[in-house]
Amino acid sequence: MPVAMPVPDERVLKRRREIVRALRSMVPAEGVIDTEREMRPYQSDGLTAYRQLPMVVVLPHTIAQVAAVLRYCYQNGIKVVPRGAGTSLSGGALPLGDGVLLGMAKFNRILEIDFANRVAVVEPGVTNLAITQAVEHEGFYYAPDPSSQVACTIGGNVAENSGGVHCLKYGMTTNNVLGCEIVLITGEAVRLGGKHLDAAGYDLLGVVIGSEGLLGVVTEVTVRILKKPEVARALLIGFPTSEEAAACVGGIIGAGIIPSGIEMMDRLAIHSAEAFVHAGYPLDVEAILIVELDGPRSEVDHLVERVGIIAKACGASKLRASTSEKERLLFWAGRKAAFPAVGRISPDYFCMDGTIPRAMLPRVLLRMRELSQIYGLRVANVFHAGDGNLHPLILYDANQPGELERAEAFGADILKLCVEVGGVLTGEHGVGVEKRDLMPVMFSAADLDQQQRLKCAFDEKGLLNPGKVFPTLSRCAELGRMHVSGGRLPFADIPRF
Amino acid sequence: MSDYYKPSHCKDIEAAVQWALAGGKTLEIIGHGSKRLLGRPAQYDATLDLSGMTGVILYEPQELVLSAKAGTPLAEITALLASSDQELAFEPMDYGPLLGGAQGRGTIGGMVAANLSGPRRIRAGAARDHLLGVVAVSGRGETFRSGGRVVKNVTGFDLCKLLAGSWGTLGIFAEVTLKVLPQANCEASLVVFGMNEREAAAAMAAAMATPLTVSGAAHLPDYMASRFDGLDEAEATTVFRIDGIAASLDDAVVSLKQAVRPFGASATLDQAASRKLWRAIRDVQPFWANGPCGDRPLWRVSATPNKGCEIAAKITPAAMLFYDWAGGLIWIAPPVTQDCSAGEIRDAVAATGGHATLVRAPQAVRARVDPFHPETGALAALTRRIKENFDPNGVLNPGRMWAGV
Repeated sequence: MPVAMPVPDERVLKRRREIVRALRSMVPAEGVIDTEREMRPYQSDGLTAYRQLPMVVVLPHTIAQVAAVLRYCYQNGIKVVPRGAGTSLSGGALPLGDGVLLGMAKFNRILEIDFANRVAVVEPGVTNLAITQAVEHEGFYYAPDPSSQVACTIGGNVAENSGGVHCLKYGMTTNNVLGCEIVLITGEAVRLGGKHLDAAGYDLLGVVIGSEGLLGVVTEVTVRILKKPEVARALLIGFPTSEEAAACVGGIIGAGIIPSGIEMMDRLAIHSAEAFVHAGYPLDVEAILIVELDGPRSEVDHLVERVGIIAKACGASKLRASTSEKERLLFWAGRKAAFPAVGRISPDYFCMDGTIPRAMLPRVLLRMRELSQIYGLRVANVFHAGDGNLHPLILYDANQPGELERAEAFGADILKLCVEVGGVLTGEHGVGVEKRDLMPVMFSAADLDQQQRLKCAFDEKGLLNPGKVFPTLSRCAELGRMHVSGGRLPFADIPRF
Repeated sequence: MSDYYKPSHCKDIEAAVQWALAGGKTLEIIGHGSKRLLGRPAQYDATLDLSGMTGVILYEPQELVLSAKAGTPLAEITALLASSDQELAFEPMDYGPLLGGAQGRGTIGGMVAANLSGPRRIRAGAARDHLLGVVAVSGRGETFRSGGRVVKNVTGFDLCKLLAGSWGTLGIFAEVTLKVLPQANCEASLVVFGMNEREAAAAMAAAMATPLTVSGAAHLPDYMASRFDGLDEAEATTVFRIDGIAASLDDAVVSLKQAVRPFGASATLDQAASRKLWRAIRDVQPFWANGPCGDRPLWRVSATPNKGCEIAAKITPAAMLFYDWAGGLIWIAPPVTQDCSAGEIRDAVAATGGHATLVRAPQAVRARVDPFHPETGALAALTRRIKENFDPNGVLNPGRMWAGV
């Protein structure tokens, strides 16, 4: 699929052998991969529609090696694409033909577990789930739970500010990371935050999280761990219309209840999931909600009852509340299998990721049905309804001429619709290359310039992950120019005292 | 006599910055000025007063979102939210009385610029964690937006985080959009008397390691306790707050009592006393400027929770102090000295990790000692480059946080 990436630098490509040799002097033999066959696994990430072989793959295993590689690339004007487990759904780790792919997989140690301060210090290549597994013997867990948590790494979670189904109550990565060490493109290491709250000075931790590998390479992460709630219970609620389901979500939150998650699935998603995992979902409804509540048992029991009352008042036609852990997990089984389930009924699908104000859900659903007719493609809807994060799955067949292009256009229309109703292009998957060219739909030129000025402060030469996030990467010298209007009309209409 | 400008629109702010750029001037950005004495003393050519930019732009309780112009009084917003049983869950503190001003002042923009929070920081985060979007004017006189009005948003760099806590040195807020939450339904507090600081740190860690919604954990040494509203014992007091719903609060209190039992018997404070006490802890009442310790300098130290008492052990015994955030926040009021104890406090913090802010000190000391935690090396250079990119001519509160930034 054509996606415009930065023009490969011929001068760099001509020096490939010399570059590989130099990298081998910094990182031991098996850590530098330059044969096509061995680089093949790195040619794409979770967004497999885009593929590109890197110039060379480097897999360092010490911070000193990371620093040496970056310093060398900085001095020689070589682009670098950082990569964790490669599960990005937006092409964040798509390699560049004239770039070094810097794989952080060897940084897989848990450095410290500090229960007294409720933090864990880990290397970036540790998987999200491995953090929980390392602390669960004491009843703790790491809250953000992206659906790829078995495979995705914490370094990638930091880069993408990953979410999950429990963000509504527990926040995203940015709310659960207290500190990081990053290495800048110059090879300098910087420590941001630590085990204390509120990093000193500017909140650089806050901007590094979610920066999609454009600002620095994460080499260590300090995460907050929480004690597991005493109990979690889920309700499975069916509605005759999606509008009623949407109203129920507003009703629950409006009543002052913040569940740990509220998920919604539409008819096509319900039927696909039920056929796949037999979770016992009702098939005679247009939408289901899975509402999960966690906390002390008496509180959860009370809130389950209240949510049930609200759901009935909103027109629920089916309602079950889990009475055992087994039943709760069964309710989730269908939701968690929704993507592969849809994969069974369609050769290909795109997973979109916009966020909208919750109240706009009925309007957006209606418009999506219209668009589905116009494009002649089916769409299955799975949402993190509690926080308005939509994951429409556009079904297509890449072997049918024109379908891929129609699916892409349909997807772009959905994201534009999200922005139109007051939402955003991406809730948790990141911009990457996938949504890069839609950024001007949401941001003005001035907004994008301002973001790129942050990039200039971290990476003036634009060597870290170029071609991602921004449709055009402006040169820092251009962005640095001042446009002073002369100040001839200072405060023409400002009251002066 | 410096110029004083009071904009009423975003365009006016742009014009003010353009004027400053054209004339090589600097601007002091203020709202109500309730935190004006915090930071390095600096001279500015003009004051830009945002307190005229008021008004709630959008408040949708069911969507848990509120947008307001930056100069809107925080008190007005708190009252509006309360009318829908909602609140800013991070419990923003009030610096006013600490700095010699009145209570209840401050704007929503100032709250974000200072990244305020309170005792519930340990559970709910700070202003940074609730800021969804901003409209701001850069030091280039350009208006830009970042973020939006929805919680789940990873579209582009999170400039909201960068601007929160930047004390007006990177941008001038015109509008802010915040996540709001239902009010904590009810609360209760447990107090344990007589623990020393090390025991208290362990007790607070034990409470935080329960699955209960502990929303406050503070330790007040014996000489401090009776100086807080809601307490009259002259005994070391460790206090725990728990949030919950009426149906389950009693159970939760029983569980918490069990968790802290190894550290001593606990007594329960009723809701009214609990609210009063946590308000006093939030606003650092014993060190108010108009109180008996009002002449002392004041430090705010953020530390690794169980290392707080190690920091305390390394500083002058003449200092008065207490702990919030389960031991991770220490308010320290040392006696007046040449450097207001900066050397020993910052050395102690350097040994354990964290940072120390000199919240209150005579102007001459704030000119000599960095009130904001000093940065060095690559980090200091990065900070400087960010400032240069956002405000190349140094128009916005230059020197407020650090010299040359």
